[in-house]
Amino acid sequence: MNLRKFAPVAAFVAFMAAFPWMVAPFDAISHYTDVMVFAGIFCLVTIGLSLLMGFAGQISLAQAAFFGIGAYASAILTGRFGWNPWAAMPAGAAAAAAVAWIVGVPALRLKGHYLAMATLGFGVIVHIVLNEEVEWTGGPSGMVDIPGLSVAGVRVLSETAWYYLVWTFVAAALIFSYHVLHSRVGRALRAIHEAEKAAEAMGVPVASYKVQVFVYSAVLASLAGSLYTHYVTFLTPSSFDLMWSVRFVLMVVVGGMQSLWGAVLGTVFLTFVGNEWLHVFADFEVLVYGGILLAVALLVPQGLVVWMQEKLSRRRETLLPRSE
Amino acid sequence: MESAGFGAAWLQYALGGITIGAIYALVAIGYNIIYNVTEIINFAQGEFVMLGGLFAVFFYEACGLPILAAFLAAVAAVALTGLVLERYVIRNARQATVLSMIIITIAFSILLKGGAMLAWGKDPYRLPPFTGGGSILWNGVAVQPQALWVLGVSGIIVVCLTLFFRRSVYGKAMLACADNPAAARLVGIPVRTMIFLSFMLSAAIGAAAGVSITPITLMEYDRGALLGLKGFGAAVLGGLGQFFGALVAGLLLGLAESFCAGYVSSGYKDAVALVLLLLALFFKPEGLFGSKEAAGLKRF
Repeated sequence: MNLRKFAPVAAFVAFMAAFPWMVAPFDAISHYTDVMVFAGIFCLVTIGLSLLMGFAGQISLAQAAFFGIGAYASAILTGRFGWNPWAAMPAGAAAAAAVAWIVGVPALRLKGHYLAMATLGFGVIVHIVLNEEVEWTGGPSGMVDIPGLSVAGVRVLSETAWYYLVWTFVAAALIFSYHVLHSRVGRALRAIHEAEKAAEAMGVPVASYKVQVFVYSAVLASLAGSLYTHYVTFLTPSSFDLMWSVRFVLMVVVGGMQSLWGAVLGTVFLTFVGNEWLHVFADFEVLVYGGILLAVALLVPQGLVVWMQEKLSRRRETLLPRSE
Repeated sequence: MESAGFGAAWLQYALGGITIGAIYALVAIGYNIIYNVTEIINFAQGEFVMLGGLFAVFFYEACGLPILAAFLAAVAAVALTGLVLERYVIRNARQATVLSMIIITIAFSILLKGGAMLAWGKDPYRLPPFTGGGSILWNGVAVQPQALWVLGVSGIIVVCLTLFFRRSVYGKAMLACADNPAAARLVGIPVRTMIFLSFMLSAAIGAAAGVSITPITLMEYDRGALLGLKGFGAAVLGGLGQFFGALVAGLLLGLAESFCAGYVSSGYKDAVALVLLLLALFFKPEGLFGSKEAAGLKRF
């Protein structure tokens, strides 16, 4: 890793580590740590989705369903059966992986519109189940008093502690995903995105790779759901409906599909837009959301981060013509 | 006595299923028209249905139009929305990849839903039936006159569209655009105009479905997504692009849903159509009436 690549990463890590201490002294923005906890949780979902959309070229409108499977698995296993949250989390992830595999094998044979509709339909079915299985999920009124998390015997209570915990997960997911993308699998995924038939002819097991990425994205979404459950300690099905699946897609698209950084920055940006800045607009929120999505899809389809990278590298090239 | 009661319940569910099924068929036909001309699946199709119902309420209640005039005005207003979608959104898309088209139509549907929420609020709205008079009792089954209107409107639309696409020059020109836009342009078909017409026609049909069903089920701002998804189920089940198939599949979905609500669980009735949609997509994506070869040519 050369310096030019390393410097922005180091700056990012330093900024993220200092963030709670930077906002804490200012009353008006001290709750930004709390917003960033949610942003981190959503980042886990969108990192997986970005791999699926930007690199494998497949869309999923079911991520809120996997998010919900993780959240409810954690809530039920810890609340009802007294499991340790750290045991419930992988159990939820395993359940999400199994469901993703069962749905993914037939669904990922479909392309484009059909895949979008299939995942959409699946997501709505999961939402209906969460609403209807009142005995297990509490139905539309949801679940309360879900236990919190402890690390090494110490309860994770303060927002700052949660912030570091969640963003450690995000960092791990980023590092793992980065290595996946720069491995044989990552190259194969990009080949699938560019020209699926050609990739298949070259011997890439297209179907199996697509399903693997889908399962990976479901596992990340499920882990995010588990963290979400233990952070907010109550659940209602409305946090896992269709609109949330659309929001996750939106976060990836706004940031830029073909970049993990795009997913992270898009997610942080839109979490602040949704949780903080749009409260001024109240009922206009949905409208502004739709407007942002439409504007980005029409004007900068590659996403804001990739668009800025392109602008910057073009400027650099004009300033410093490459000497051959 | 008991068997008679059972029979009546059965018939009653069937009637309800056919009524709502006719609506799904109309939504499916809306997808088919746009798909036939552009090979785009319009994710905002369900919102056209919702807007149709709410616009009719607006024209009837706020403008005081008679109900049939309100029906026509609502259809025209939603057709105009379809025009806006095509002219100002779809046509300006810089990347016409499938993924970006999906995102663009989803974004437009969010805008329509958000706009409807602002304009009409979150309450469901009522509309009187097109013609007065109470339910007709027939074989122990109460038949709402509005149910007959729904069936009539759907039947007329299906017949007219079939004739339009089979017999008229415009209909054939629209189909030619779907088969091969470049060739269609070469023989002098204005492809742009045809695409534009397909969006208006599809929006108008969605609106007609929305107005017809509002007196029976009421209408509110967030009904679009589910109606759209079920309608898409009917479109896939019937074979994408086929009008007759959409009609049959829509009725089947409606019946399945109504019987599930009656005999199994009313909470899961919405899931029935979605499970059937997934099964159709997974095992028979060419639909019940589509041929495998034709399906191979389409871009699924």
